[in-house]
Amino acid sequence: MDYILSIVILGGINMVAVLGLSIFTGFTGLFSLGHAAFVAVGAYTSAILTYYYYVNYYLALAAGAVAAGAVSLIIGAPTLRAKLRSDYFAIAVLGFGEALRVLLENLEITNGARGLPGIDSFTTLPVVLTCLVGGVLVARNFLRSRWGAACIAIREDHVAAETAGVRLFRTRLLSLVVSAVYCGLSGGLLAHFLSFIQPQMFTLVQSTQLLAAVIAGGMGSLSGPLIASFVFIALPEALRVAQMWRLVAYGLLLVLIMVFRPQGLLGYSELSSLFRRGVVREGERRL
Amino acid sequence: MNGSRALLSVSCLTKDFGGIRAVDSLSFDVEEGSITGIIGPNGAGKTTVFNLVTGLCRPTSGTVRFRGAEIGGRRPDAIVREGIARTFQNIRLFNRRTCLDNVLTPFFQRERCSFTGALLGLPGARRLERELADRAHSLLRTLGLEEYARSEAGTLPYGLQRKLEIARALATEPSLLLLDEPAAGMNPEETLRLAGLITEVREKFAITILLIEHHMDLVMNICSPIVVINFGALLATGAPDEIRENPEVVAAYLGAGRGR
Repeated sequence: MDYILSIVILGGINMVAVLGLSIFTGFTGLFSLGHAAFVAVGAYTSAILTYYYYVNYYLALAAGAVAAGAVSLIIGAPTLRAKLRSDYFAIAVLGFGEALRVLLENLEITNGARGLPGIDSFTTLPVVLTCLVGGVLVARNFLRSRWGAACIAIREDHVAAETAGVRLFRTRLLSLVVSAVYCGLSGGLLAHFLSFIQPQMFTLVQSTQLLAAVIAGGMGSLSGPLIASFVFIALPEALRVAQMWRLVAYGLLLVLIMVFRPQGLLGYSELSSLFRRGVVREGERRL
Repeated sequence: MNGSRALLSVSCLTKDFGGIRAVDSLSFDVEEGSITGIIGPNGAGKTTVFNLVTGLCRPTSGTVRFRGAEIGGRRPDAIVREGIARTFQNIRLFNRRTCLDNVLTPFFQRERCSFTGALLGLPGARRLERELADRAHSLLRTLGLEEYARSEAGTLPYGLQRKLEIARALATEPSLLLLDEPAAGMNPEETLRLAGLITEVREKFAITILLIEHHMDLVMNICSPIVVINFGALLATGAPDEIRENPEVVAAYLGAGRGR
């Protein structure tokens, strides 16, 4: 039971980060191979605050989220202003993420590559669920707002977006900061769940997994990536019986999704709208 | 300024792309309330002029003045806020969004709203959303697109996409609207209806229109004055009759022996 509970919690923590990346990649149309760095910033900031300074857990979580947002400005401001094409931006963030990891491996306060052991374990299922539900509601509100409309307009056609009055640089930067805040929150939750973090946990592999969840779940959907990310966390565990083949199955699943659903599981729609459409079709058939 | 009431005044505008001079010290004025037409052979630099006026590229030299203020080289979104909107030759809509969202996006960008209020979904933010949605609906109704409000823009038939792009431009609440070949790909009947729409839009929204077009019947019917561009430079400017009679224009563009 504990085992399943911990998988559910880990899945939930991962979903918070995916939610953020979904806003950035799925709705703003920019790719990133470095969002694990923002998870790391959130994890280390909050862990250091509770570990060395005995700061209140919730304050530390918030501080981690804010710190991740602030760090994203450092890489976002120069690269997004230069209007790097999306794929170049992804590489720039990749470099940034790796540099940050090396930094964490060499700082004293982070205890270097050995990592921080014995962080208080605060993260429980209710905390994760609260963060997740709150995160979904805020993300939904964001996407309905002026700024969300601007993000989606940029994804669809950035030239047309500008001539519709969208401020390209500011909107892209805002989207990056919002996504980093989500990742930072996820990092804080992670640190206080595992009670141990080390720089090795935040590499390109983690960034890729986040991106894979967004793409496999459907760009331009919140529910799709959430489902995909949970499946990606749960499936390798469920397949433990298959021993060494489980990672093969994981890879195969990803390939199959891309072959048969290149637009992702849910494409550009939400789970709720699929149900609604289903109901409408039923009604039409009856008429 | 010099006494005339030019809304837009382009003077000595030049744009080089590498070694190619796309626009060559071009000067012309757009009077407030007019429907000014720009015609010229393919590759004459018409669209480049639009790109220079709307900030999509920076002039090499020369000035673009709007209401007397220099706007050449400013960012596109800043120019939109000054009151210049445009459509594109190859339609650029937000294809995977509904028609309503396409129109709602520019409406939203004009509003100042609280970020936290929007994130938390506070009543004020919700009210603004409803208010703008109402305005977007009524704009769609004006252009006869109301029944497609919930359809994805990319799925609309071609003619309606053109209309929707005009609607989106109008949603920025411009005083000058630039239309880049609005009748491209339309048959004579559709073109006629478009001409009606353009004059109607000008009356209803009290705006000035500058348009690029190859359909001579459309240009000769609704545009005055007409600006003729050839090889990036001004060839002639004047009322439709003068342009039709101008031997240089006939030689360069209209072609001899056709009484269009």
